[in-house]
Amino acid sequence: MKVNNDVKNMSLDELKHELLMESLEKNKWHRYWVSIKKDWPLYVMLIPVILYFFIFRYMPIYGILAAFKNQNDLTLSVGQAPFAGFYAFRSLIAGDYAKEFWQAFRNTFAISMYGLIFGFPVPIILALFFSEIKSDFYRSLTQILTYLPKFISTVVITSIITLMLFEGNEPHQAPGVLTSLFQMFGLIGENTRMLHEPQYFRSIYIISGIWEGAGYGSIVYFAAIMAISPTNYEAARIDGANKLAQIRYVTLPGMAPTLTIMLILRIGEILSVGYEKIILLYNVQTYETADVISTFVTRIGGLMGGQSISLNTAAAADLFNSIIAMFLVLGANFISKRVSDTSLF
Amino acid sequence: MRRLDISEVIFKVIAYVLVTLFAIAALYPFIYTLSASVSGKLAFEQGRVIFWPVDFQLDALIAVISDKGFWIAYTNTLFYTFFGTIFSMVMSIAAAYALSKSRLVFRRQINFLIVFTMWFSAGMIPTFLNYKMFGVDFRWGIIYGFGVQAFNVILLRNYFSGVSKEIEEAAIVDGANEFQVLTNVYLPMSKSALATVTLFYALSRWNGYFWNLVLVNWNVEHPLQVHLRKYLSEYLMDENASITNTPYSPYSYMYAMIVMSIIPIIVVYPYLQKYFARGVNVGGVKE
Repeated sequence: MKVNNDVKNMSLDELKHELLMESLEKNKWHRYWVSIKKDWPLYVMLIPVILYFFIFRYMPIYGILAAFKNQNDLTLSVGQAPFAGFYAFRSLIAGDYAKEFWQAFRNTFAISMYGLIFGFPVPIILALFFSEIKSDFYRSLTQILTYLPKFISTVVITSIITLMLFEGNEPHQAPGVLTSLFQMFGLIGENTRMLHEPQYFRSIYIISGIWEGAGYGSIVYFAAIMAISPTNYEAARIDGANKLAQIRYVTLPGMAPTLTIMLILRIGEILSVGYEKIILLYNVQTYETADVISTFVTRIGGLMGGQSISLNTAAAADLFNSIIAMFLVLGANFISKRVSDTSLF
Repeated sequence: MRRLDISEVIFKVIAYVLVTLFAIAALYPFIYTLSASVSGKLAFEQGRVIFWPVDFQLDALIAVISDKGFWIAYTNTLFYTFFGTIFSMVMSIAAAYALSKSRLVFRRQINFLIVFTMWFSAGMIPTFLNYKMFGVDFRWGIIYGFGVQAFNVILLRNYFSGVSKEIEEAAIVDGANEFQVLTNVYLPMSKSALATVTLFYALSRWNGYFWNLVLVNWNVEHPLQVHLRKYLSEYLMDENASITNTPYSPYSYMYAMIVMSIIPIIVVYPYLQKYFARGVNVGGVKE
């Protein structure tokens, strides 16, 4: 009897609950409608941006279909082209384009990893140094100067790099100023065309990247260092810590959250190598070390003018890239949430 | 003044030296560019220009200034930067204002739709095909098609969320409508965030290269960056480029073009750099 009673009670409660939810649901939509009517100007303000994101950020997702279609020129619309299944992916992974694709794939990771290993610590070290400079004027001055390259366009930066690394055209034109410098120190031989030799490309790309971004990148670390209380340093000093020990036991732990987040973010972005800069710096001779997935896509897809070689292959490589990139970002975000309670979205 | 440990002194010295070197390295290419553009032909061709101009002459700069194609490109860049920034700001401010209101229905969902685009993109080929489909291949199309960046909307939204509610309520009591609240309360109180976002938009327009090159069909609508690059690649392709009878080296001419294209940036930089630096710190994205 008792059991029966319980069931009866429960079902009654459930019924009540259901009814309540139903009326709440009805009420909810009603409330929404009242609120929207009352605040209509807010919604009008939102419409242009929502339309923008829909048209230019979400509509392109439909174009991913191009990877599965037999479509080899940019004039035909994606809808009209006939389906070709996974043909493009096959030619990418083990077919005609496999060699170039895997080379681009390896280069993407290599350039990113080198960029991470050499590029990540520099802004941190720079921020440490900035924090040592007690003269406000001198520190601001040097900081402002180091941010400057980040302000300048990629085209200008790469043009300057190209001109400074120019091998010269003796006797008419002396080599670029950097080439002369390297020749003076015997780092490169006479007539070395630095931008045309695969062995130099990654160094040029990464060193110029550090030159460009380290100053701006140091801002966030500098803010973290400045937030550390001076009393911590005093305490460490009383304990007899020298400068290195202070950095090891006070500064680095103090900026650990920032460091973690920035590192995770960088790992999440490992596939987004700055393709614009590579397009502007590479050439046929340096594809071997310079070609990354995005540049492979623009070239094979014929975006940079000329004949499109194989649009569906390009679209397939593109999709491959987008999916891995998204998982990397989501993974980075997940880890960041776990270790530091900071999430990107 | 407390006594410094010897290791602290050494570290300080290293810090001063390296920071100074880094600052010089950051500035050097621009000084060199300027020097190369105003140096004499012979001095430049013999590689005697290292830091300061040698045999000062303005021929290369004057040649750039009197080139019509260069000014067409320049005007285009001004056009993209001016109208593009205004358009982007109007769109972003309106959206960020609406999104900063907690009473907005579906606020979380709309936020997510915007933030999501920062982390997933359909890819270059689909994006390209989509732009082509919507006919984004002329000046105004570029203005609209590259109008909004999610990061900037979020940055503004975060700032607007922090604006004091009391003043807003006072304005509403005084009979202000939504638009008046935005223009008379929010905008004056968010000047620095507005400056930061304006700067980001203006810079990305001024520096834009790839998509403009890929999408815009007519050469006369190409901006400075595309023009600059075209010129450089033509020179690099040409084996005999160095043999000219102009009163300046063709490479000086190239440097002069670069100088002309970065002058506006260098001039405004000292005044705007603080907003530029601020952008990193306010940019913490959270939903």
